[in-house]
Amino acid sequence: MPQTEQKKHPSGDNRFKLLDRAITKHHASGDALIEILHVAQGIFGFLENDLMIYIANALKLPLSRVYGVATFYHFFRLKPQGEHTFVLCTGTACYVKGANEIQKTIEHQCGCKFGETTKDNTVSLISARCVGSCGLAPVAVLDDQVAGKLTKDEANKRIKQWQEAKKEVAA
Amino acid sequence: MAGSEKGGSSMTVEELRDLAEKEQTRQSQFEYRILFCSSAGCVSSGCDVVKQEMRKAIDELGFSKKCEMLGTGCLGLCGEGPLVYVHPDAILYQRVDGAIARRIVGEHIGKGMKVIENCVDLNDPFFASQKRIVLENMGKINAESIEEYIAAEGYEALSRALSEMSPEEVISEIRKAGLRGRGGAGYPTGLKWDIVRKGVADQKYIVCNADEGDPGAFMDRSVLEGDPHRVLEGMAIAGYAVGANQGFIYARAEYPLAIERLKTAIKQAEKYGLLGNRIFESQFNFRIDIRIGAGAFVCGEETALLRSVMGRRGRPKVRPPYPSEKGLWDKPTVINNVETYANVAPIIRNGSAWFAGIGTTKSAGTKVFALAGKINRTGLVEVPMGIPLRKIIFDIGGGTPEGTEFKAAQTGGPSGGCIPKEHLDLPVDYESLQTVGSIMGSGGMIVMDNTSDMVDVAKYFMEFCMDESCGKCVPCRVGTKHIHTLLERITKGEATGEDFELLKELCMMVKETSLCGLGQSAPNPVLSTIRFFKEEYTSKLKAATEYSGDGHTNVVAKEL
Repeated sequence: MPQTEQKKHPSGDNRFKLLDRAITKHHASGDALIEILHVAQGIFGFLENDLMIYIANALKLPLSRVYGVATFYHFFRLKPQGEHTFVLCTGTACYVKGANEIQKTIEHQCGCKFGETTKDNTVSLISARCVGSCGLAPVAVLDDQVAGKLTKDEANKRIKQWQEAKKEVAA
Repeated sequence: MAGSEKGGSSMTVEELRDLAEKEQTRQSQFEYRILFCSSAGCVSSGCDVVKQEMRKAIDELGFSKKCEMLGTGCLGLCGEGPLVYVHPDAILYQRVDGAIARRIVGEHIGKGMKVIENCVDLNDPFFASQKRIVLENMGKINAESIEEYIAAEGYEALSRALSEMSPEEVISEIRKAGLRGRGGAGYPTGLKWDIVRKGVADQKYIVCNADEGDPGAFMDRSVLEGDPHRVLEGMAIAGYAVGANQGFIYARAEYPLAIERLKTAIKQAEKYGLLGNRIFESQFNFRIDIRIGAGAFVCGEETALLRSVMGRRGRPKVRPPYPSEKGLWDKPTVINNVETYANVAPIIRNGSAWFAGIGTTKSAGTKVFALAGKINRTGLVEVPMGIPLRKIIFDIGGGTPEGTEFKAAQTGGPSGGCIPKEHLDLPVDYESLQTVGSIMGSGGMIVMDNTSDMVDVAKYFMEFCMDESCGKCVPCRVGTKHIHTLLERITKGEATGEDFELLKELCMMVKETSLCGLGQSAPNPVLSTIRFFKEEYTSKLKAATEYSGDGHTNVVAKEL
């Protein structure tokens, strides 16, 4: 229908409409940059260069400011994530209870360090400062599900499950 | 239903009381109230499944008129979740699963017999030694219901402040109570408010620091999740006292549940006219917005936080001017921690004398601690100030697990220090903790046993500060990196006695010359472990000399 054609975002990607809505809600104010980056990351998954240019134009901010803020905060990601995320808490309580052992095991299993994504794009390893569930230390957040009192074997098992599921799909 | 009928317009004091009574009547219809801990800890232990099982059991046995089920704030014993509390019998169940949930419904609700195996003894020191002010509603009210908060005397303090007190009286009440900032530094709250009130500006702001960045601390998360209205009420009272009409809560992105509950709470309060224009038919208007952080520890520092609220990089700036003179958009701004605001409503409700009577003369009231690490009972506890550390760790926390020995308690996160067993009888207040090189901090308390290597612990914190340094000032950016390198050499056994001297010197330099609290306090964990566990450092140096066979370092190491 021509009507829907009209409503389409000029870029051809309707996700930008959602972003525009958030920008309008904040009156395109530069002070709301962090809020808007949160929304953008929520919609697009990560902050691509083009996306940051788009936001800079919309908020009438220099690109350096947008890039500066996006890179300053750990929460914003400039690269696409793997299919699964393994967020290991490295807070003090988890550390005292052996989170670094889990870290080593998993890094070995995945063949990459924390802060990176496996080559086959299956798992992103992320370390968190503290997820605030210290009573359950050591804690990890696996695809937004909190797993408490984690052991090395359990962590390994979960990663293997993801990797095997991926292989099956490929086969 | 006065509030909802009026839909958004302001509520009167009478209507608030009606609402409270109505809610109390509603609650009294039920013979039993089953309260689930709905904090993040228990949610991740699987309390949703338990909830469903219990719901099914209640429906099957036809008890839905006899009892109601609701989610409440943190019940404290976070390591033993999911937790379920049965009111009015005052029975707390731990490690509840689907089968136990069914038994609780069948045996406890049905026949009045408790399920002994999973019962927690509420006379245990863990509960009996606590004094609850901030956490008073945990285990009493539904965390997501404003009506239940109102029935528990909620918003009563705000109505009293607005109708019976002048802003000056509110501030003087807070000053007399002796409330000090619960974020860690302990600045008198009343004094801070007074400075902002006296500031001349067309706009002032109230900011709540909910960027609980200290690893191992989860007090603020629990308060926001379990009793969000208490924080909103405290902020509104602060707004009235200083003449601000806009508040911001800066919450961590890592706490999605807390943000969700806050959003709900703000909506509910707006619906009843407890936030918005002409609150309680006065001239006072107050709005609260949430700002979500993006994972930068330095944003817990007040000037950095304010910059982050304004959408900038969270970089601290030189003080003075303090935020109370030039804060958000250069306007006078009150910035306090979640727990500080949570104390405001009870002070106004019960009077300053009551609050000042709790704790010590210099540190009034209570402090919430998050107990974690190598301790038998991890969880959230609230104790009067001045309580000996030993009591918190051994009576309340139940000591270290069997077969291990207590070595140190770490307070204040990366800005604090380790307190060894010689100082276990130290009273926990702002000044005493400073005398042993630690700080009160926001309330994280991590217990370490004899398996913990203190140099490694110091290295862990230094790595944290090194990563989190914003990079603005040189002492912090470069200094933390070099301290970390030195510590790494010590742990690897490569360091000499000279390195150890250099480490101490560098720590003092970073402490004295950094721009903000992050850098100034970053060396604290190193300095405090050197002070109390020096032999752990020096023994690694000696090992190094044997390893390298270097005669020179051997001499230096002995001189230490």
